[in-house]
Amino acid sequence: MKNISDQELLEKSELHKKAAESRESARRYQEKFIGKTMVPEFQADGQKLKTANELVIRRSTKKESVGYRVFVVFNNILMLMISLATLYPFIYLVAQSFSSEAAIIQNKVSIIPVGFNITTYISVLSKGDFLNYYKNTIVYAIIGTVLSLIFTSCLAYPLSKPLKANKFLTPFVIFTMYFGGGLIPNYVWITRLGLKGSMWGFLLPMMIGTFYVLLMKSFFTNTPKELEEAGELDGLSKIGIFVRIVLPLSKPIVATMTLFYAVLYWNHWFNAFLYLRKPQWPVAYYLKTIITGASSAEPGEVTAEKMQIASNVKSCAMVLMVLPIICVYPIVQRYYVQGMMLGGVKE
Amino acid sequence: MSELTDKSAVRASQKLADADKSKEIVVRRRNPLKKHIKLNWQLYAMMAIPLIYYVVFRYIPMAGNIIAFRRYRAGSSVLGDEWSGLKYFNQFINQASFRRVFKNTLWLNVSYLAFRFPMTLAFALLLNELRNIRWKKFVQTVSYLPHFISVVLVAGMIRELVSASGPINNLLESLGMARVLFLSESKWFTTIFVTSGLWQSLGWGTILYLAAMANINPNLYEAAEVDGAGHFRRVLHVTIPSIMPTIATLLILDFGSLVGSGASFEKVYLIYNPMIYEKADIISTFVFRMGLGSGSYSYATAIGLFEGVINLVLLSVANFTAKKVVGNGLW
Repeated sequence: MKNISDQELLEKSELHKKAAESRESARRYQEKFIGKTMVPEFQADGQKLKTANELVIRRSTKKESVGYRVFVVFNNILMLMISLATLYPFIYLVAQSFSSEAAIIQNKVSIIPVGFNITTYISVLSKGDFLNYYKNTIVYAIIGTVLSLIFTSCLAYPLSKPLKANKFLTPFVIFTMYFGGGLIPNYVWITRLGLKGSMWGFLLPMMIGTFYVLLMKSFFTNTPKELEEAGELDGLSKIGIFVRIVLPLSKPIVATMTLFYAVLYWNHWFNAFLYLRKPQWPVAYYLKTIITGASSAEPGEVTAEKMQIASNVKSCAMVLMVLPIICVYPIVQRYYVQGMMLGGVKE
Repeated sequence: MSELTDKSAVRASQKLADADKSKEIVVRRRNPLKKHIKLNWQLYAMMAIPLIYYVVFRYIPMAGNIIAFRRYRAGSSVLGDEWSGLKYFNQFINQASFRRVFKNTLWLNVSYLAFRFPMTLAFALLLNELRNIRWKKFVQTVSYLPHFISVVLVAGMIRELVSASGPINNLLESLGMARVLFLSESKWFTTIFVTSGLWQSLGWGTILYLAAMANINPNLYEAAEVDGAGHFRRVLHVTIPSIMPTIATLLILDFGSLVGSGASFEKVYLIYNPMIYEKADIISTFVFRMGLGSGSYSYATAIGLFEGVINLVLLSVANFTAKKVVGNGLW
């Protein structure tokens, strides 16, 4: 980096109408470069994000080189393509689910439905099975999420306090992220507990996620101590402080956790495969059976017609399963990312 | 403080006095542990059930790994019947199919990392260059979406998209090429595995980078601009050096999980078939088939334990390195 005298700096900064800050910041910038320690001050908060974005806008009013303008066009096209590529599988599923069987057999469907109809949906939904699986999923997601939230926060909050036992309780909890009983010991144990064939065989093995505990813990660690102390002075018990003061302040992380867990339970199929009987299946496992069932037989063996009908129904079931997530997701996504950042994934 | 009413102020001061008094008493008793428990018993009570949960559902199965060294038969005790030493380990180490799944696991992880890592970083940098905040938010929202989708759906989509009559084959045909049975030819498996993985994780992977970029002091950019640095130079000399610690940490930790196959189990299990075991069979799917498929519980546990220990060692080394080199690790 070239060195610039104070005089020159002043002129330039005036030129850019940022006289106030620039001199100081330029000096800091140079210092950092000379010292070669370009370590950012690591503090995760939403406020910073905003200022950085605003800065980007301000910067854009400057004169731009041709190369940069070409880059901007290229970049926007690339982003558009990535977005479309990400969305395409969803679009394809929706198109297939609304298309007529004939159109799919003739390979006509790629983006928009051909031979639009809703009979597939009606036939899938009118079968009692599917609605039952769907109901199971909703029940599991609600019960599981509520219990998970309670247990996770009940563990994360005390872990965020300077308790003596935490010196070994924290490693005790974290260790399970990196080592555990494998598939077989877990299966043997859960079966031995008599959970096979009950809803708890599905829910209990994934009730507390260690990663989520850590996320919540680091959020609680950053809660202002003054408020908790004030609560203590007001005569609240430790649990009282947690319920009345800390929890109301933790809406972002609670919202994040709710989504995390709800999505986890909604999407899970493997425990259902191991431990549940047919009437207890969640829709994810039902989907697994029709997906692998229909195409595990190799193409040569199955008539084209049979396969196509199956993909009609498959798409329809997949759309129905993913629909709630897609509907809720744009609303809660904000909390999700915010919570991830607030929780400060690292430490 | 100023907002406290008289009454509550009095109450507060009383509390303080009480607290002081109790402290004194405890000090006289010279039993800090008792005091600590008396003060915090509610917090410990809160933790009790979750901690019991960890013992029952995490640590007991962990101890159950012992059946790798003991013979387990259906109906025998959770910890097996009699000692069998390293019999099961010797069995799989000398088995060709074990070497195959080990190689496949490593190969799939390396290929995936080789694409995912640079592409995620590039995607984050490009996202960061978008000026229109709404457009940027939209791209982010869309690219995070696949992260929330069930593996079952991902597998279903893969099967639909690459099926003999799916859109990819339709495209191939319209380009004058022959249709391909992607899921029946083992040479295509790595491509399918990596591409679907990128589809699902590319956007989500940028979050940590974007957070690091958002924390860069804006003055650095302004100063660089004052110095005459153009857009690209600013990225090169400000953005990238600033997020270097994040990049290094994530890369090192990625290396730590190269032998792991647990994360890919569901996807592979849902799309593979015997025709492509040669390339698609990984450690976890092998363990699954050996254990729950053929009922060789001890044998499968031994393989699972072998993988678990390697993973633990690798991750510890990676974490140690990350801490030493970057000063930022997992734990």
